[in-house]
Amino acid sequence: MQVSDTAPVASAGVALGEPGGNLMVAITATLKRDLTLMLRRRGEMLNPLVFFALVITLFPIGISPDPELLALIAPGLLWVAALLAALLSLDSLFRSDYDDGSLEQLLLAPQPLAALSLAKVAVHWLLTGLPLALMAPVLGIMLALPAGSYLILALSLALGTASLSLIGAIGAALTVGLAKGGVLLSLLVLPLYIPVLIFGTGAVQAAVFGDGVTAHLAILGALLAGALIFAPWAIAASLRISING
Amino acid sequence: MWAFIHKLGSPKWFYRISAKLQPWFWVAAAGLIVTGSLWGLAFAPADYQQGNSFRILYVHVPAAFLAQSIFVSMAIAGLVYMVWKIKVADMAAAVMAPLGAAMTFISLFSGAVWGVPTWGTWWMWDARLTSMLILLFLYLGVIALRGAFTSRDSASRAASVLAMVGVINIPIIKYSVDWWYTLHQPATFTITSRPAMPTEMWLPLLLMVLGFYSFFIALTLMRTRSEILRRESNKRWVRELVEEKQ
Amino acid sequence: MSLRLHARKLACERDDRWLFQGLDLEVRGGEIVRIEGPNGSGKTTLLKILSGQLAEYEGELFWNDTPMRQAREHFLANLLYLGHAPGVKAGLTPLENLKWYQALSGETGNETARFAALESVGLAGFEDLPAGQLSAGQQRRVALARLELTPRALWVLDEPFTAIDRDGVAALEARLVAHARAGGSVVVTTHHELAASTALRRIQLGQGDNLAGI
Repeated sequence: MQVSDTAPVASAGVALGEPGGNLMVAITATLKRDLTLMLRRRGEMLNPLVFFALVITLFPIGISPDPELLALIAPGLLWVAALLAALLSLDSLFRSDYDDGSLEQLLLAPQPLAALSLAKVAVHWLLTGLPLALMAPVLGIMLALPAGSYLILALSLALGTASLSLIGAIGAALTVGLAKGGVLLSLLVLPLYIPVLIFGTGAVQAAVFGDGVTAHLAILGALLAGALIFAPWAIAASLRISING
Repeated sequence: MWAFIHKLGSPKWFYRISAKLQPWFWVAAAGLIVTGSLWGLAFAPADYQQGNSFRILYVHVPAAFLAQSIFVSMAIAGLVYMVWKIKVADMAAAVMAPLGAAMTFISLFSGAVWGVPTWGTWWMWDARLTSMLILLFLYLGVIALRGAFTSRDSASRAASVLAMVGVINIPIIKYSVDWWYTLHQPATFTITSRPAMPTEMWLPLLLMVLGFYSFFIALTLMRTRSEILRRESNKRWVRELVEEKQ
Repeated sequence: MSLRLHARKLACERDDRWLFQGLDLEVRGGEIVRIEGPNGSGKTTLLKILSGQLAEYEGELFWNDTPMRQAREHFLANLLYLGHAPGVKAGLTPLENLKWYQALSGETGNETARFAALESVGLAGFEDLPAGQLSAGQQRRVALARLELTPRALWVLDEPFTAIDRDGVAALEARLVAHARAGGSVVVTTHHELAASTALRRIQLGQGDNLAGI
């Protein structure tokens, strides 16, 4: 095959390739890429955590410093504040990819988009949901949360925020093409968060009262399983819509 | 079957056929609602516990039924639009959303009014009222999302996806709210779940429910028709139609 | 195996406006097809349809005589699309960017090839700088390095000459011709005048067939 002399790199004949390639390679690379990107902007990563702590600080000031009263409402407060903190970081989940054009490329990868977006959501949970869950016990102490419920608090938040990230990613994908998607995103996503909130606080309250928590955690797990099955498809479909908005 | 679906999908065909169907639903709606409300408000016996205040149920229950059914219809219309690219389905979904939100609001409002004589307060975090409130937020989300896009095609698809996601979540939300409520308020009096209602009480209710459904269908047909005209205003058949009328 | 992308009676309606209608088009191996037309004539939309991003169109699209919907996976495995935005992450270095793109097609690739690709687009010495510190033209070059790195038969390029200096333009143009000579094909929109070549074909959009109505 004749190749032009002016070509910067001499290319051999172009042949059609077969689809294939390793999906795991694509998924791990996407995980690694998003982790690297987030870790290079550590300040941004800390924002949800600071927000969480701040909101928790507002309640004793706004309601009462009485430890008995605070202990009573602590499970709900911690869960609501964590939920809002997780929500705060959702808007940026796909936005920078959308702005710089890599989202388009993600859509055109010869790999299932649902799997690749799942990798992105996993990173979001790893860097927001999980840290929030780990931080919650500390704030629990400040709200006089009765001892014995700390582990359940962290566990329920870790499980629950995974569902929140998945469900929220649908909203983020739907609004990524909109210039001012942030507030709209909360409007879309918050009603869908309610079941997770109910069983999340339920688990912590049960732990406080010394009731069994397995049922609550099992339901949280079931919600997560459901979200894992359905959300990636909805995210993929939403991204395809947004990219052509 | 396929040919039929696509024929139904043609806005022009839908416009013609709905013109024929529409009057029947209006007549049915008017007849049922008038009979139902006269019967329910004037002739049905007063409740042994609540007296006459129970009669608000004749508005509250049909509105609540409709609020939920409309969301499901909207999601089905969205699915039809996404899978078969039938535009009429999306137009119907677009006009259903505000209607559903209005019904949800009516059921919430009537529930609140009902709360005054039964609970002595305008608002209780009753399981049903709470679910309805969340449903209202879901409706508002769909409406807001549709309005946020500049491209109407994208708006339609986004709203369809959200409606489908919402409809999967509605039962989950409903059950979790019920569970939450029983946990916090064991065995209180809920407005609508009650022991067997005497026939002379539930028959007018049935009429009202059917009347509300007919009203919904008639109104959806009417509003879809105007949506068709609006969206297809540059199509030849619409221009010819306008010329005929002039 | 030869390459053939063809469309029959392609029409695209966006919000009740026909961008184009009745468009027949064929792209074969060894061809450079330039889509021409004024602003707003649907060039980008056409490229999005031809690159399988936009599924909302009328008419039929075939990849090697198989309808696109069935051939999608095979098609994507042979497609390289560069859009308006370069798709280069500012927070990653050019090398890391390229690595992710290689991995997206399911290959781990190797570092030497990535260095070579960056060198061929004139980015030697910039490999480990965050792409955010590069100029717009350099970022575009990072994206263009994918042409070297990932061997794909069909290139769909939306305004690839944007922000590139004169030498870069000449090199890229030569690269397109070389790709066509090697049996690949290029679909491109550009305001830059391409030198006449045997491989070049033009398709004009926006010539009065954008009337509304059926």
